[in-house]
Amino acid sequence: MEIFETVFVRNSLVVAFAVVGLTIWISYFLADKLTKGRIHGSAIAIALGLLAAYFGGKATGGSTGVADITLLGGIGLMGGGMMRDFAIVATAFGVKLSELKKAGLAGVVSIFAGVIVSFIVGAVVAVLYGYTDPVVVTTIGAGAVTYIVGPVTGSALGADSDIIALSVAAGLIKSILVMIGTPMIAKTIGLNNPQSAMVFGGLMGTTSGVAAGLAATDPKLVPYGAMTATFYTGVGCLLGPSILFLIVNAIL
Amino acid sequence: MIVYGVALLSACLILGMLLGEVLGVALGVEANVGGVGIAMLFLVLASNSDKFKALVDGASGTGIQFWSAMYIPIVVAMAARQNVVAAFEGGMLAVVAGVAAVIVSFALVPVISKIGNSETPSEESQ
Repeated sequence: MEIFETVFVRNSLVVAFAVVGLTIWISYFLADKLTKGRIHGSAIAIALGLLAAYFGGKATGGSTGVADITLLGGIGLMGGGMMRDFAIVATAFGVKLSELKKAGLAGVVSIFAGVIVSFIVGAVVAVLYGYTDPVVVTTIGAGAVTYIVGPVTGSALGADSDIIALSVAAGLIKSILVMIGTPMIAKTIGLNNPQSAMVFGGLMGTTSGVAAGLAATDPKLVPYGAMTATFYTGVGCLLGPSILFLIVNAIL
Repeated sequence: MIVYGVALLSACLILGMLLGEVLGVALGVEANVGGVGIAMLFLVLASNSDKFKALVDGASGTGIQFWSAMYIPIVVAMAARQNVVAAFEGGMLAVVAGVAAVIVSFALVPVISKIGNSETPSEESQ
């Protein structure tokens, strides 16, 4: 057992490659046999990943899902921000500049619309739950933007840590729902071309959610959605503690 | 050489991240503003330009394509390391706020895509 652990821990990233590869193989097999290709294999793989993250988190009490299990620590590196961003940028290889220009304006509009709309929705929900403190309402609204904007805004405004935790949870729910929901809703919202993918990325904003959601829908759309999504968190951090807080403060 | 493509990709990411960080400081924001998006723009520009042909054609290009193809596996690993437990332990408020934000944002996709279409009527691809 000790030998087992030594080898797995020493080669953690390699173990991660093997485990993820196996997961994807199983997922594509299931997609093919059980759903006859109606559900994309990567959608199943991502869902399995989230499910595993839940059990990993439950078992270890840690905050990085499966990666907290000693033998699977490499998943943390493989699925971490550095590798994610590296691979996302690589997907831009082969993208035509003309496609980006076409959706340029709609892309920019979607980023601001996305941040503001998600914020309003989150803030309204907070008010409906009986919160009237502008700092709390703003922090929860910012959490509905992304799970990074929530804590950044909350700490800038001096919100309590339980409220910040709440805003992170709202952002995580959003991110997970985008991962799972996107392939299901793609057809209905016309998400099948580079232009709508850019608008989608700008509106949703959660980089992880958009990255996984589009991967499970149509990998060709990934670079377009990711491009706008990566500006979203920055815009959210810009607007949250400033203009949006002032507006909430004026209303409440 | 495969590594040329990988090096180009790395250079794009680092340059983009640096600019995103500078943008964040300039705007007074505690976040990287669009670093990845800027990096993607660099890669698009480089792969469409003649000057970088040696770094994106042939074997060099496969170095970039490999990482592009590793995207989905990396995203699966990313899903497996999310703090799913915390997401559901946030209580009903967090769930309602998150779900509502997603539904409204989904609904806006066709609306804003239309703004783009009226600007460029020649679009309508496949």
